[in-house]
Amino acid sequence: MGNVIGIGAAPKRKEDQRFLTGRGNYVSDIKRPGMAAGVFVRSPHGHAVLRGIDKSAALAAPGVIAVLTGEDVKADGLGSLPCGWGISDAKGVPMKEPPFPMLAQGKVRFVGDMVAFVVAETPEQANVGAELLKIDYEVLPSVVGLLEAVRPNAPQLFDDVPNNICCDWELGDKAAVETAFKKAAHVAKLSLVNNRLIGNPMEPRAAIAEYEPGTDRFTLWTTSQFPHVVRFLMGALVLNIPQHKLRVVAPDVGGGFGVKQFHYGEEAVITWAAKRVRRPVKWVASRSEGYVSDRHGRDHVTEAELALDETGKFLAFRVNTLANMGGYLSTFGPNIPTNLYGPLLGGVYTTPAIYCNVKVVFTNTVPVDAYRGAGRPEATFVLERIVDVAASEMGIDRVEIRRRNMIPKEAYPYQTPVLVQYDSGDPMGCLDGALVAADVKNFGIRKAASASKGKFRGLGYSTYVEACGLAPSRFAGRLGARGGLYESATVRVHPTGQVTVMIGTHNHGQGHETTFAQIVSEKLGVAFENVDIVFGDTDRVQFGMGTYGSRSLVVGGAALSKATDKVIAKGKKIASHLLEAAEVDIQFEAGKFSVAGTDRSKTFEEIAGAAYVPHNYPLEVLEPGLEEQAYYDPVNFTYPGGCHIAEVEVDPETGTVTLVNYTAVDDVGTVINPMIVEGQLHGGIVQGVGQALFENAVYDEGSGQLLSGSLMDYCMPRADHLPMMKVATHSTLCTHTPMGVKGCGEVGTIGSPAAVINAVVDALSHLGVTHVDMPATPNRIWRLLQNASLPVAAE
Amino acid sequence: MQISFTLNGRPTTMDVEPATLVAELLREQLSLTGTHIGCDTSQCGACVVHLDGLPVKSCTLLAPALDGATLLTIEGLQGAPGSNLMHPMQEAFREHHGLQCGFCTPGMLMTAVALAVEKPNLTEADVRHGLEGNICRCTGYQNIVISVMAGAAAMNAAKGE
Repeated sequence: MGNVIGIGAAPKRKEDQRFLTGRGNYVSDIKRPGMAAGVFVRSPHGHAVLRGIDKSAALAAPGVIAVLTGEDVKADGLGSLPCGWGISDAKGVPMKEPPFPMLAQGKVRFVGDMVAFVVAETPEQANVGAELLKIDYEVLPSVVGLLEAVRPNAPQLFDDVPNNICCDWELGDKAAVETAFKKAAHVAKLSLVNNRLIGNPMEPRAAIAEYEPGTDRFTLWTTSQFPHVVRFLMGALVLNIPQHKLRVVAPDVGGGFGVKQFHYGEEAVITWAAKRVRRPVKWVASRSEGYVSDRHGRDHVTEAELALDETGKFLAFRVNTLANMGGYLSTFGPNIPTNLYGPLLGGVYTTPAIYCNVKVVFTNTVPVDAYRGAGRPEATFVLERIVDVAASEMGIDRVEIRRRNMIPKEAYPYQTPVLVQYDSGDPMGCLDGALVAADVKNFGIRKAASASKGKFRGLGYSTYVEACGLAPSRFAGRLGARGGLYESATVRVHPTGQVTVMIGTHNHGQGHETTFAQIVSEKLGVAFENVDIVFGDTDRVQFGMGTYGSRSLVVGGAALSKATDKVIAKGKKIASHLLEAAEVDIQFEAGKFSVAGTDRSKTFEEIAGAAYVPHNYPLEVLEPGLEEQAYYDPVNFTYPGGCHIAEVEVDPETGTVTLVNYTAVDDVGTVINPMIVEGQLHGGIVQGVGQALFENAVYDEGSGQLLSGSLMDYCMPRADHLPMMKVATHSTLCTHTPMGVKGCGEVGTIGSPAAVINAVVDALSHLGVTHVDMPATPNRIWRLLQNASLPVAAE
Repeated sequence: MQISFTLNGRPTTMDVEPATLVAELLREQLSLTGTHIGCDTSQCGACVVHLDGLPVKSCTLLAPALDGATLLTIEGLQGAPGSNLMHPMQEAFREHHGLQCGFCTPGMLMTAVALAVEKPNLTEADVRHGLEGNICRCTGYQNIVISVMAGAAAMNAAKGE
């Protein structure tokens, strides 16, 4: 009999054994009998009229089984890929929502847009077939940049979307902000770009679909963060497959970061194709294919203004943003730069008036959607950057100006002027903790040491908050969500007392098999090793919205907690019968049901046994069995946050920025497994560092070609780019989640870009540099230094 | 063509198309799916295996190169030969949370073992430099670096016994 391992412990992960020994089960590892191979043919043009496709040569090639195009999609009456959010402008006019066909019809709108699907006996034969397709394109000028796309004479992606603007969205009290600006002693202004990113989970996307004529059932194996949502969107809205005839399985998935939380056209095409060819069909993306088809992230152009009084108190904040949607609306696309952006512009400060306008814009680029942090890193970057600009212009210390404006711990719950109400937090506590952990008081010594080597050293702060645990369905519904955002869990107690949990979240690196088992182990008093977590299969798991928005523990864990409470409640009824005591007198503690004030008790295993062998059992009032299910819909978002401090060294000879120290003190609420939380913080921080220093998706204006289309052109963070980071938690408990948890999956990525860039600007501030756009590459920094035309390194 | 090689300790003879990449041979013909393919430019390192004791990216190696060679994949990495124990490097990755989604892990482990064999007293800088050809998107590398140093120390200790 093993041990209970509960909340706050750090057991090694249950999932590690299979990954360490090469026995994971990723989609690309799966083979089905009689399986054929599929290859997608993608547009090589950013923008073109699709005049026609001649399939004949491809169909005649050896091994080719089928060639499917947009015309076939149309002939079969299939639906458009749905958008899960419908936002509106200030007057309530809904966003423009042009159809997103799974294979292009009439026009292609980005390099990578899918034009045809070739199925053959082998991947090689499918590739040969793809080469033989004759596709007649009439190439049109592309527009990829935001400023270019909204110009009057810009190429238009859709006939009925004037100026390429999908929606002109706003939030906040515009008049109150204008009034406050008139009274301001100082106005800080900042123009910035939030660079376009490509998520790059290490496992490329892949799918296998199979149709069983005997039962009229489909199975889709897909690299997804939310199989139930894929089943709903694809089955109900695209392919017209009844939900009970469609199984979606997302087995081991090699990282997601948002990239795998959308319903992709590839999934629909391959499922449809499997029935047409009556063979299982497999497709595995190459990395390069992923670059032009995985949804991209970020891509904003922003003008921000912060109004302050003479003491440095923030009076009002005004933000105007252009946000890139790419060529079509992806599953969550329009929600990200609006609802997940505007409401975070209050940050951890008491700014009384905020106004935000976001123009959501179509361009000839890969559709843009959620990428780790999704909207909140963009908001944090604008706010934390302009706070530094204001501090510098007003001659106030950067820490001091933050303190003067921070929401004090006692002021929680705190209603912001931009919809959200923070339930709990202690930003000052996080700041104080981080100042000590980062040894800020000795920074001057380190700066002098760098200077003696001819290097510029800088320190950057980011004190931030985010909103996650997506999401309260009612609230999301008011903002335009077309679905619910609850989570569900089933706790199945076996006759021998072991437990299987079926949960609707999806584990693709976050350690759910361990964390959720700890919750069950603690609550039911069963051994940690006797709890298994099942996820990622619509035939095995009742329902679920999946994993994104730091929601798994916050919403899924809450559902699990509720379901275990129901198991305990039923167990008490059984125990009351077996122990011949009133139900109110039954206590449950440490895996034992006992009668208060007596030594009479039954173990959890005995109660489970009685539930399945109900010889002596209150059958007239209670059903046999011990299995309970709960759905949980949160009442509010959760608001993790904290303080990040980055320290960089800039080599003026080469422009190279080296991250030399990084400290994060984060408030993530209750920590279930500190080892896993630290791992999430490390990974999140480095993704933010990647945005700040290395990563950039670059398109060629005019042709619409993606210039950073491989791992050789798009710089991913490597081990030797990074120092050892110091991460710690300073937690206040969430007041509305059952265990006080807040979520930790995205905080690192949200807090870090601003900290790093603030450090780079600090390092260069003596040269008059006031802002550096991301990524702060050697090329960009070196050019800045040349333009600064000031004496460079002291020899 | 026919090739003969030692695969994870076992003599193996098979027919291959000469243009087959070793990564594909392992995954498709030998059903050894622990070797992963994460890119198409030989950047990510998810496919690293040991060829005659040296780490190589199996996505850029053609099958004929195996003829007469000794190949070790993640499936063959183990503790004491014949035991069911994991290799000290695998144990170190579990102990120090050196993996999250697991996709880069086999390649990381194969590279890490080779680093530790190559240089007995690895510094943090050695490890960071040595992992240049292996990309991880989940961990921020911190726990991987810690794991590799711990695993290397355990390998040294085992050697001394």
